[in-house]
Amino acid sequence: MPSETVLRLSGITKRFGSLVANDAISLDLDRGEVLALLGENGAGKSTLVSILFGHYLADEGSIEVFGQPLPPGQPKAALALGIGMVHQHFTLADNLSVLDNVMLGTEPLWWPFSKRAEARAKLVETGQRFGLGVAPDARIADLSVGERQRVEILKALVRGARILILDEPTAVLTPTEVDSLFGTLRQLVAQGLSVIFISHKLDEVLRVSQRIAILRGGKLIAVLPAEGADKATLAETMVGRQVQMPQRRAHALGSVVCSLHQASVTAPDGRRLLDGVDLQLRAGEIVAVAGVAGNGQQALAETLFGLQSLSSGRLELQGQAMPARPRDWVRAGVARVPEDRHAVGVVGDLPVWENAVLERVTTPAFSRAGIVRRGAAQTHARQLIQRFDVRGTDALGVHTPTRALSGGNMQKLILGRALVGDPGSDKPPTLIVADQPTWGLDIGAVAYVHQQLLDACAAGAAVLLISEDLDEIFALADRIAVLHDGRLSVARPAAEWTLADIGLAMAGSAHAH
Amino acid sequence: MHIEKRTTPSRRLQLAAPLLAIGFTLLVSSLLVAWAGAPVGKAYALLLEGGFGSTFAWSETLTRATPLILTGLSAAVAFRARLFNIGAEGQLYAGALAAVAIGGLHGGEGFALHPALLFPAMMAAAALAGALLLLGPALLKSRLGVDEVVTTLLLNFIVLLFVSMMLDGPMKDPTAMGWPQSVVLQDALQLDKLIARTRVHTGLLWAVLLAALLWALMKVGTLGLQIRAVGANARAAAFAGMPVGWVSVKVALLSGALAGLAGAIEVAGRTSYVTLDMSPGYGYSGIVIAMLAALNPLGVVAAAVFVAGILVGADSMSRAVNVPTYIADVIVAVSLLSMLVAAMGAQYRIVFRRAAHAG
Repeated sequence: MPSETVLRLSGITKRFGSLVANDAISLDLDRGEVLALLGENGAGKSTLVSILFGHYLADEGSIEVFGQPLPPGQPKAALALGIGMVHQHFTLADNLSVLDNVMLGTEPLWWPFSKRAEARAKLVETGQRFGLGVAPDARIADLSVGERQRVEILKALVRGARILILDEPTAVLTPTEVDSLFGTLRQLVAQGLSVIFISHKLDEVLRVSQRIAILRGGKLIAVLPAEGADKATLAETMVGRQVQMPQRRAHALGSVVCSLHQASVTAPDGRRLLDGVDLQLRAGEIVAVAGVAGNGQQALAETLFGLQSLSSGRLELQGQAMPARPRDWVRAGVARVPEDRHAVGVVGDLPVWENAVLERVTTPAFSRAGIVRRGAAQTHARQLIQRFDVRGTDALGVHTPTRALSGGNMQKLILGRALVGDPGSDKPPTLIVADQPTWGLDIGAVAYVHQQLLDACAAGAAVLLISEDLDEIFALADRIAVLHDGRLSVARPAAEWTLADIGLAMAGSAHAH
Repeated sequence: MHIEKRTTPSRRLQLAAPLLAIGFTLLVSSLLVAWAGAPVGKAYALLLEGGFGSTFAWSETLTRATPLILTGLSAAVAFRARLFNIGAEGQLYAGALAAVAIGGLHGGEGFALHPALLFPAMMAAAALAGALLLLGPALLKSRLGVDEVVTTLLLNFIVLLFVSMMLDGPMKDPTAMGWPQSVVLQDALQLDKLIARTRVHTGLLWAVLLAALLWALMKVGTLGLQIRAVGANARAAAFAGMPVGWVSVKVALLSGALAGLAGAIEVAGRTSYVTLDMSPGYGYSGIVIAMLAALNPLGVVAAAVFVAGILVGADSMSRAVNVPTYIADVIVAVSLLSMLVAAMGAQYRIVFRRAAHAG
């Protein structure tokens, strides 16, 4: 196919105050290709597509679509010229049907008649042409995540998109759904559409794209053909330095630290969030729980954080039944890393030093007679900052408001707080419960978190890792269990699982053991 | 030109914000003064003189500020923990009634105790009455999720009707010629005057002392840290193992007690008995004062003196140039609004730059 440029970005620059989010980026997109936009968090990927879609105004530079200049700052103009966007967080109305969602916003509100039959025909025809079968009358709420994403893509196609932008589309999908998405993308480009695929996952980028554009610190560093590119080079270009991914080492297993026996959690409305879960965690091993979000991960994590009591079954920590009181869990040496760092992990308004001692503020180490021992607490925070390499505190030190930290540094603070434990006793944690500990972090921070978990495990902690990232699970776990619809599979050694097995189990297939 | 959020708030702007807000308030209010047909400059001069211009003016302002400091503290501590206590007015009356019940009944003699014992008992009873009044709404909120704004607000009316019943019933002063007012507090329990022949009393010192204590508690106390954590992010506080429900109960007791003390100190320092009009909305003004002070207990003292000065000054201005005293309410309300806007504005900066020319 002769290459034909459908989209041309010339010298796009965008500044936020002193931060240059996009620095003179020039990039072409050809007809019939998948172009991957690869970069870490904060590299400028989202800013660039937001400019493209008219959500932001560029400070400098211009955009041409199919040879015509794109008026800046007008999402409507972008739509009209054939740019379609599929956001990471879907923009669908859950209580409406697929057809309603696709039609939403395409018809004037004051017009009394709606051309439903016409829209339905177009939807079905588009679906058939690109192999995107979705029942037009199904309610969005009843669809799986993969199906919802197909509706988002259909929505863009029905409106005549010729250029499709997908923002981190695989973050919410199971491996099988990822395969099916990639199949769809191949069909789209075979029919002459062009796709911009935003990701920070190297494997996926190599699998699906023809060319890879790498952004770092707002600059376009390189545009390479996917053929012949290898992961190590991509990672290095993306991060700007060599990244050592931590390696797992075999070490001796200890005794059972924590066990769940037929543990169930019932929601106030009667739904079973956890259903007869059996799990044993031994000292010196990492057990990973895989699964698609919303299958009981939150209930499992909250149970082991000491926030949620079981409605039936038994939970023992070192042979003792544990009440659902976080303080007791902290005291028993459980290091806890919650999924949502901003909403649960820290109090953003408080300074770093207060967050560093938040779990132990009433212990003798940090308070006496109802008064906080500020000296001791601030010293402790300084040590945490140094030992766990928390950056962004240069100007104000331990008095930096915690919300000012980046996600990675906030996670390091939470990790440090959890792993160091009681400064008085100097005992390493006995159990680490980490819920999505690297979600949204860049490669450097991911490697750091992984190393800390592996080190703590080697030092004799039992680790429970709840994750949706299979790469992470295979990189760290000694044993893997899959959570689906509140039921947990048997935790088998990682080597016994194949990716296909896990995919089936995550989708709830009965064949997968 | 566009507006951006600052990554770190500017210290200088944060200090300048209240001054700008007051300047803007005076500007807006001067339009109303002019509309009322009074000379603006003279009206403001009279207002300032009436509020702060003489020893007598200061004594009246400080007298008025005393209950306002306490209700301001009550709101400040509760709001810091996101317990929106709108019931300080009712708690104030409950405290006043409890004070008289301990120190004034039994034939106008109070309980037969030495004043050195009776006085603390009276204050404790007032604090307890206010605290218990807020405990119910706080528990309803933390156990059942009942909106405390509604419950505390409605309790105000219940308390006022209860006070009215008591003033016409068991606590009625038989020598008051039929006026609905309570029996008088015994003399030994009344607070001394700070300045002879004025109304300002030692309750002011108690209020300032409590402000300092509350400031210290919030700044260095373990409970203060817990209150700030629970208020800023209750989920994170619960995750970290803080007893969120218990902290909000403590906050409720503290906030209610401060409002109850406002009532007792008002009775012991100024009125010596309870009437239904002893508080011209001190409980509600406390909310405004706490917001003006950005919930800082020491700021509450300053804000209470400011508001009291405006209220007192407006009275004398009104007499002299015939502007309705409601101008004081307008000034306080506009200053609150502009203070909130200014405080938010201090977090942003305006960037002047040539317009984008992409495309």
